[in-house]
Amino acid sequence: MYYFSILWQYTLQYMKTRMTYRVDLFVELMSDLLFQAVNLVFILVVFSHTPLLSGWSREEIMFIYGFFLVPFAIFAAFFNIWDFNERYIVKGEMDRILTRPIHSLFQVILERMELESLFGAITGLAIMFYAGSQLGLTISWYDPLIFLLMVLGGACIYGGVFVSLASISFWSDSRTDIMPMMYNIANYGRYPVDIYHRVIRFVLTWILPFAFVGVYPSAYFLGRQEWYVYAFLTPLVGFIFLSISVWIWNQGVKRYRGAGN
Amino acid sequence: MVNMYLEMIRIRFLMMLAYRTNYYSGILIYSINIGAYYFLWTAIYGGQESLGGLTVTQMTTYVAVAWMARAFYFNNIDREIAQEIREGKVAVEMIRPYHYLTMKTMQGLGEGLFRLLFFSAPGLLIVWLIFPLDFSASAWTWFTFGLSLVFSFVINTQLNLMTGLLTFFFFNNDGLIRAKRITIDLFSGLILPISFYPGWAQTLMSYLPFQAISYIPSMIFTGAFSDAEVWNGILLQALWSVVLIVPIQLLWMLAKKQLVVQGG
Repeated sequence: MYYFSILWQYTLQYMKTRMTYRVDLFVELMSDLLFQAVNLVFILVVFSHTPLLSGWSREEIMFIYGFFLVPFAIFAAFFNIWDFNERYIVKGEMDRILTRPIHSLFQVILERMELESLFGAITGLAIMFYAGSQLGLTISWYDPLIFLLMVLGGACIYGGVFVSLASISFWSDSRTDIMPMMYNIANYGRYPVDIYHRVIRFVLTWILPFAFVGVYPSAYFLGRQEWYVYAFLTPLVGFIFLSISVWIWNQGVKRYRGAGN
Repeated sequence: MVNMYLEMIRIRFLMMLAYRTNYYSGILIYSINIGAYYFLWTAIYGGQESLGGLTVTQMTTYVAVAWMARAFYFNNIDREIAQEIREGKVAVEMIRPYHYLTMKTMQGLGEGLFRLLFFSAPGLLIVWLIFPLDFSASAWTWFTFGLSLVFSFVINTQLNLMTGLLTFFFFNNDGLIRAKRITIDLFSGLILPISFYPGWAQTLMSYLPFQAISYIPSMIFTGAFSDAEVWNGILLQALWSVVLIVPIQLLWMLAKKQLVVQGG
C-alpha cells in the first residue's frame, strides 16, 4: 500500500513537470509515433513484394507487431534504466538512493519513469484491432484477461533482462554497450521465430526469451495451435525472469561500495 | 589553418581510441543486427529470384554494407551541439579562431575514421565469414563506393549540423533529434532499399536528400547500379552537399543574432 502511494505521488509530480514543457511532450510523442510507424512501413513494403513470409500473412505479422508494442510500451514507461551505470554508479547517485527506506530498484524505476511511452500501447492496440478484423478473429469473454496476463508477462521479461544487465554495473563500472545491443536482439522476437536458424530460436526462447514478447503470445490469438504451449508459458517466464533479476540486483546492492569520494 | 583542423581529427580519433573496448561489443551488435536481417530477407525472398531489382545475395550484401557504412557516416554531433548550446559553451567556442561548425565536422570525421578502421573493417570481415555475402567487387567498385561514402558523410553531417543548430530556436530539441534519426533510417534506404517502395514514394524520396546517405553507396557496392546510375548517384550526392550549405549558413547567421548567454 505504502509503495502504491509513493508511485502515485511520483506520477503526479511527473505529470506536473511534463505539462510545463508541452511542446517538448508533443514533439516526443510524435517522434514515438514515427518510430512505431517505421516498423509498420517495413512490414507493408515487404509484403507488397511477397504474399507470405514462411507461411505467415501480412495481417498476421502486423498483429504480432501490434501485440509487441503493448508490453514494450509498459516496459519503456517503467524500465527506462538503460543509462543506469552512467547516471547512478559513475555519478554516485546510488548513494543517495540507498539512504532511503524504500527498495532501491523501485526508487530508480520511479525516478526514471517515462509515462508518455504508454501511448505506444494505444498504437499497438489499434494495429492489433485492424489486423484482427482483417483476419476475422473473434474475441471470447476471457480473451482480454489472457491478453492482460500475457502483456504483463512480456513486460516482465523485458524488465527482467534489462534489470539484470543494469545490475552488472554493481560488479564492473566500466561502460559497456550491451544495453543498445539488447534493444536490437529484442526486435528478433517480433517475427515468427521459425524463420531463424534453430540456435537463434533456442536463444530467443530460453536464454533471452524475447520471443515471448511478440510471436508466442500472438500465436494464441492467431489460433496457431502448435505454439499454444509457448503462448501460455508467457506469464510464468515473465515472473521467473523478473524474480531472478531482482535477486541479482539485491546481490549487487550488497556488494556496492560507492564510486565517488 | 588546415593543420589545425587536421589536428582536431587526430585528437578525436585518439579520444575514441581510449575507449576502444566499447567497440568490440559494437561489432557484435552490428553483426547480430545484420544476422537478423539476413534471416528475415531470406524468408522474405522465399523461392523468388529477385525483388526490387536485387537478388537475395545482393540484398543481404546491401544490408551488411549499409550498416557498416553507417558506422562511418553516423555521428552524434547534433547532440553535442545541442548540449554545448544549452550549457552556454558555444559562446566560448565562437570567439575561438576557428569556424565552430567546421570544427564539429572535423570531430565527426575523426570519429568516423576511427569507426571505419576499428569497427566497420573487422565487422565486415566477421559478417563475411559467417554469412554468404558477395564482396567480390572490383577495384573500380570499391573506388566509386569510397567516393560515394565520403559524400554520405558530408550530407549526414550537414543534416546533423542543422538539427543541432535548431537548439538555438527550440530550447530542448531531443525529440527533434530523435525524429531526424528515425527519418534518416527510413528514407535513406538503410532498412529498406528505395527500389522496394511503391512508385509514388520513390518519386517523393528522389526530391529529398536522404537517399544520398545510404541507398546510393550501398547500391553501388552491390553492383545493382549500372555505370550511368553510379555517376548519376554520385553527382546527385555532390549536388546535395553543395545545396545544403545554404540553409546551414542561414541558420548559423540567425543563431548568432539569437544567442543569449546566461551567466558567465
